Amino acid sequence: MLVGIGLPNTTPGADGALLLDWARRADAGPFSTLAVLDRLVYDSVEPFTALAAAAAVTSRIGLATMIAIGPLRSAALLAKQAESVQTISSGRLTLGLGVGARLDDYEAAEVSHRDRGARLSDQLAHLRDPARPPLELLVGGGSGATFARMARYADGYAHGGGPPRAFASAAARASAAWHDLGRPGRPLLWGQGYFGLGDPDRGTAYLRDYYDFLGPFADRIAAGNLTTGHAIRDYVRGYAAAGCDVLILLPTVSDLAEVDRLAEVIG
Amino acid sequence: MRITVVGAGPAGLYLGILLKKADAAHEVTILERNAPDATFGWGVVFSEETLGALRDADFPTYLEITDTFARWDSVDIRYRDRLLRSRGHTFSAIARTRLLNILQRRCLELGVTLRFGVEVDDPAALAAEADLLVAADGVNSMVRRAHEAEFGSNVTPQGCKYVWFGTDLVLDAFTFVFRQTEHGLFQVHSYPFDENTSTFIVECPEATWRRAGLDAVDERGSIGFCEALFAEDLAGHRLLSNRSTWLSFPRVRNSSWHHGNIVLLGDAAHTAHFSIGSGTKLAMEDAVSLANSLVRHGNVAAALVDYELERQPVVERFQQAAGDSAGYFERVGAYTRLGPIQFAFNLLTRSGRISHANLAVRDPEFVRVLDTWFTDDALGRPPLPALTPPPAFAPLRIGNLVLPNRIVRAARDGDLSSAARGGAGLVLTGLVTVSQDGRTEPDCPTLCADRDVERWRGPVAEAHAAGALAGVRLGHAGRRGAARPARHGVDLPLGADGWPLLAASALPYLSRSAVPKEADADDLARLRADFASAAARAAEAGFDVLELDLAHGHLLAGFLSPLTNRREDEYGGDAAGRLRFPIEVLREVRAVWPSDRLLAVRLTVTDWARGGLTVSDGVAVARELMAAGAELIHVEAGQTVAESRPQYRRGFLTGLSDRVRAQAAVPTLVGGYLTTQDEVNTIVAAGRGDLCLVELAETDLDRAAVG
Repeated sequence: MLVGIGLPNTTPGADGALLLDWARRADAGPFSTLAVLDRLVYDSVEPFTALAAAAAVTSRIGLATMIAIGPLRSAALLAKQAESVQTISSGRLTLGLGVGARLDDYEAAEVSHRDRGARLSDQLAHLRDPARPPLELLVGGGSGATFARMARYADGYAHGGGPPRAFASAAARASAAWHDLGRPGRPLLWGQGYFGLGDPDRGTAYLRDYYDFLGPFADRIAAGNLTTGHAIRDYVRGYAAAGCDVLILLPTVSDLAEVDRLAEVIG
Repeated sequence: MRITVVGAGPAGLYLGILLKKADAAHEVTILERNAPDATFGWGVVFSEETLGALRDADFPTYLEITDTFARWDSVDIRYRDRLLRSRGHTFSAIARTRLLNILQRRCLELGVTLRFGVEVDDPAALAAEADLLVAADGVNSMVRRAHEAEFGSNVTPQGCKYVWFGTDLVLDAFTFVFRQTEHGLFQVHSYPFDENTSTFIVECPEATWRRAGLDAVDERGSIGFCEALFAEDLAGHRLLSNRSTWLSFPRVRNSSWHHGNIVLLGDAAHTAHFSIGSGTKLAMEDAVSLANSLVRHGNVAAALVDYELERQPVVERFQQAAGDSAGYFERVGAYTRLGPIQFAFNLLTRSGRISHANLAVRDPEFVRVLDTWFTDDALGRPPLPALTPPPAFAPLRIGNLVLPNRIVRAARDGDLSSAARGGAGLVLTGLVTVSQDGRTEPDCPTLCADRDVERWRGPVAEAHAAGALAGVRLGHAGRRGAARPARHGVDLPLGADGWPLLAASALPYLSRSAVPKEADADDLARLRADFASAAARAAEAGFDVLELDLAHGHLLAGFLSPLTNRREDEYGGDAAGRLRFPIEVLREVRAVWPSDRLLAVRLTVTDWARGGLTVSDGVAVARELMAAGAELIHVEAGQTVAESRPQYRRGFLTGLSDRVRAQAAVPTLVGGYLTTQDEVNTIVAAGRGDLCLVELAETDLDRAAVG
């Protein structure tokens, strides 16, 4: 299993200089991938812009959206953004897509929320057009329709985080869908988790705020924040045992020293 | 800390004990609507595992509880005048009143304030006065109902109509009784809980209950009915009533178990159908978890999140099992054609918590009898005792064909021999099409020309040499044709390199797919002829099994579903019209397919999409197909339309196969991501399917073969 790190593009207080330094440091560290989140109505940096900037200051590390909310963009614009990052990074992009969980992102983008699943499917079909450059695609989400969409169009599944046992159960569903649709081989399985080593309280407060729209569920996500080296190592072991291919650890504190702290734990 | 608990049931009292023990300075008050000696229900059941948790949580009550326990390790099943006993299921039970007395006394001893006869009408006021308000007021929780939106409450009736009696008959095992009546099947769940009394729950589906007129009788009338029906089982003993009326079980779920400083506990938070006997166990475990979280955090908000994180996944698993169990008892009337030992095994494995391998550990003798019966039934003669195989390796006779075992594997790229090497009894090709325009992708194999016969002779012979039978899936991709190879995805159109598509109606599969031509009379005539000649070629190539493809939105399946068939001629419209063309094709194939070989149909039994076929439709179609000459149904689901709501998990087709097999009385082949021999043993021995399609490269057979 490979371990990647998130770029703090949705963590308030991260300025351009920090994001670039973070990317450079991650590129020099033991991480396979640098991943971003996507949220329209939140103090954040647009994911493809963030990845393009990261691509310019890195040479080795993989770049990923974990996930980008596809239907906020038109299929053509989404493909253009992703393929631009792919070009700038010389082919280091993995495009994770989902429908997201927030209605207000859709309202702000002035796109319909009702047919988001079908629109995501159509975007995936567009990205898979044989005339387009090949791109590694992941699909995230938890519904049966999501697993079918993942198996029909993508290369793998992007899990939304939680204990290894929850990941294992989602991975079994992804594999079941993969076989059902007659895909050869197996789906790539990507997992994620949040960490905050230097200032756990600040990280947990960020998660509560970021997931505030989920109501009391935000507390549960915040309670899952990995705040010690021991907790991170346990999590990594659990995900490896559950068959995860790439585990992304997402920052909750936009302090550059977090990259080194995480590198020390997993290195 | 000031803690107010609403409801003095087992969960509320036990929480009071644990909190007061943790810190004597806590002020714990429990409010109860009823009197201290009010009794509802008879006995409650605990497993050994639960007892362990109770021992660790509070030893004095554990001692008292276990001192008065009724214990047993057997499950008795009375069915068709047979008594079947399975051992190794350790349970204990106690009278509910007894349990409450023990817990009340301990509360008083520790200084918990108990106030009986108190109606709570303003939970918000109670919450404001306390640091923590615990809603332990049961399934109809008043506190929960006051904040339904915040908790995301969902209460739905589940399972059969039931009535909860006691009896002075003292049983020595957990006993299920099944009695057939002119109105339908009735069943009993009963177990002893003290030296004089047993719980005796009678249930039946609502339709049966109405036919029997039980909706119109009073308490005395329903006791009379049940005493007469179960006279033999009661052996002269009486049924005891305690406000025993017929009820529907409410399944309670809440998306959040806490709101501010209010927390839900036990039945107020979640129920699990009584047929898995876990309600009280879950409630008391909730109390242990909440008390521990409060000790750990000392801070209410963090403790409530922690409690919920710890308990919700556990409860979800029990609710899943309870739902499967409740559904089983609602449908059990359909299983009465199963022989007694298979019926019993089906019952024991109903909720997925016990498998063939688990039971072999708990009760090896039962499994030995089961396996012997299974092979005996399959061979038509008893096996030699030392040579009884597990059910997965028992042969299967269908018509004139004998399959060496129950394991089926799908070949990749026509490679039948490697699929056969793992020990499968039958290897199946992927889709082989009857015409060039029916191909899914450019490399999709066909049986549309005589030279194709030669292409298959070799692989079929290799499968035979490896000891397996060879089966071909014959079909036409319909509107799912002309796609790119599946390496980068499925149904992705070939575009300019594609070929014209044909389907029941002119609807594209994906919005970017080519629009197929609606098949006209000439096309249908050609298709009938193509299927017949391809079937003849399959026979010539030596295939033992022909599987006609009526699944996953391909051409023939496209006729079946109202979502994909908009025709206005005799091949569309109602169910009979939509089935007409597939049946015509089946008859053509039947006419040329040798009668000593097996003709199966691969059928999507539910579309998993709004407005599409449901499993009841699928059962009806399966019956018609069998009447038209099919001998086996390969159960599939979904993919009729691209945007649907499939239900993926391990064994996701097993429940559907079970229903089709039981309700249409047909042999079935089932896949659905099965990867272990234990799954196969359990499915076939319980009669949920006859053959299992296991996934390549992920089975323990492979490991056995490699190792």
